[in-house]
Amino acid sequence: MDFDALRMIWLRDLIRHFRDRVRLLGSITRPVLWLLIMGTGLRAAFNVHGISYTHFIFPGIIAMNLIFAAMQSTISIIWDREFGFLREILVAPIPRSSIVLGKALSGSTVAFIEGLFVLAFAPFIKIHIPWVNLFLLLPLMFLIAFVCTSLGIAIAARMTSFEGFGVISNFVIMPMFFLSGAIFPVDNLPHWINFIVRLNPLTYGVDLLRWFALGIKIFALYIDFLFLAIFSFIMLGVGVFEFSKRS
Amino acid sequence: MNEIAVRVKNLSKHFEQVLAVDNISFEVERAEIFGFLGPNGAGKTTTINILCTLLMPTCGEAIVNGFNVITSPNEVRKSIGIIFQDPSLDERLTAYENLNFHGMIYHLPSTARKGRIEEVLNMVGLYSKRDCIVRTFSGGMKRRLEIARGLMHKPKILFLDEPTIGLDPQTRQYIWDYILNLSQREKITIFLTTHYMDEAEICQRVGIIDHGKIVALDTPRALKNKYATSSLNDVFLEITGRDIREEESDSKERLSRFLRSRRLR
Repeated sequence: MDFDALRMIWLRDLIRHFRDRVRLLGSITRPVLWLLIMGTGLRAAFNVHGISYTHFIFPGIIAMNLIFAAMQSTISIIWDREFGFLREILVAPIPRSSIVLGKALSGSTVAFIEGLFVLAFAPFIKIHIPWVNLFLLLPLMFLIAFVCTSLGIAIAARMTSFEGFGVISNFVIMPMFFLSGAIFPVDNLPHWINFIVRLNPLTYGVDLLRWFALGIKIFALYIDFLFLAIFSFIMLGVGVFEFSKRS
Repeated sequence: MNEIAVRVKNLSKHFEQVLAVDNISFEVERAEIFGFLGPNGAGKTTTINILCTLLMPTCGEAIVNGFNVITSPNEVRKSIGIIFQDPSLDERLTAYENLNFHGMIYHLPSTARKGRIEEVLNMVGLYSKRDCIVRTFSGGMKRRLEIARGLMHKPKILFLDEPTIGLDPQTRQYIWDYILNLSQREKITIFLTTHYMDEAEICQRVGIIDHGKIVALDTPRALKNKYATSSLNDVFLEITGRDIREEESDSKERLSRFLRSRRLR
């Protein structure tokens, strides 16, 4: 592993991210809309697991910010290809695996920070998370961000246009978010939809978040972690394969 | 160390239906200034992209600085510097950041990096602009920064793909003086492509490539003698004909790329 390369790619993406203030704005307004409007609006209609709807979707909204930010961060790969910077990286004497891992870490960092914005809302909607769980939530959020970024990289590494990436990522993000248990419980769904839910890595991420934030869960802890680990491993593998290809 | 910097043997490159490089062979000696000439779409950039490990050859062999581009790409990458035809800077970063990141991925230790950045920025006259965002630079300034970047890690071979295209005469002159000085002082091998015949005259040897084949390869003087003319321009037209060629990358793609970049800004 090439730590210089990792650091370069990570640092560059972070500098670029924080120079772009508009993006930060979106990452704050998105969860506010969901928690305030959807949470309040659907409170009367929903009563799941004996808790209020706003509380129920809270871990889901953390997951939403994580997956949106993570996928968005991988657009930088297409951006770099389009504006030539990718060649500067590809002719450098650094292993392709370090390029991919650097991208995965920078995307996860950005997404993690955007997830923190949501976590900060907990006291305002009267969710009281024990300190221990709060500290466990942090690495967990990073892990989920990492899984989502790996998926984004595997997609972006194959795409050549912004439009294409937009279409594909929307096609992926939306169903992943809806069918993850983020906004409705997934333990009592028809068979065909349950199949998709079980293949969705975000399902296991949301399950873990909900466990640490609210003490509710569906799967065993080891299943959650195992699925997330295997999924991101495969996606990073696809990313490294795509980056190593010389046409 | 051997005295051959680049050795290309029976190299070919197919793109789907197009034969971009057709069985070419040539050698470039260490510390030589070698010019690659040819009309648009002749295969110059494809050859450079193979030599700098961005493209895989379809068949044939290319050895750069003693390393095979197919089997030891990382060794090749360590020993070369390249200035691409199209810009490849990160325009959202400052000049300093661009160079600093370059130094990082070429593994210069941080103290050496600082000194080297200062050195190359002074060389290309951009030291006072080091903390400006690259997007605010003129075309010439960006080009100079790219040249500074390509030289930062002291490559043994420097590839320049049309280094002075679109630059004013002053900047062209400046860059050329710099390149000539560099090749003499540091014994760097320089492999460049160009459209400008006056630039080709400066090269010790030129190879003329057309339709993917090398059609002539000699010193500028020998070529002019052979075709009994006083200008390299006449040699070039004599060999490659007077037809106007298609752009290297398809013009429709260029247009859509341009539109896309407009929309995003």
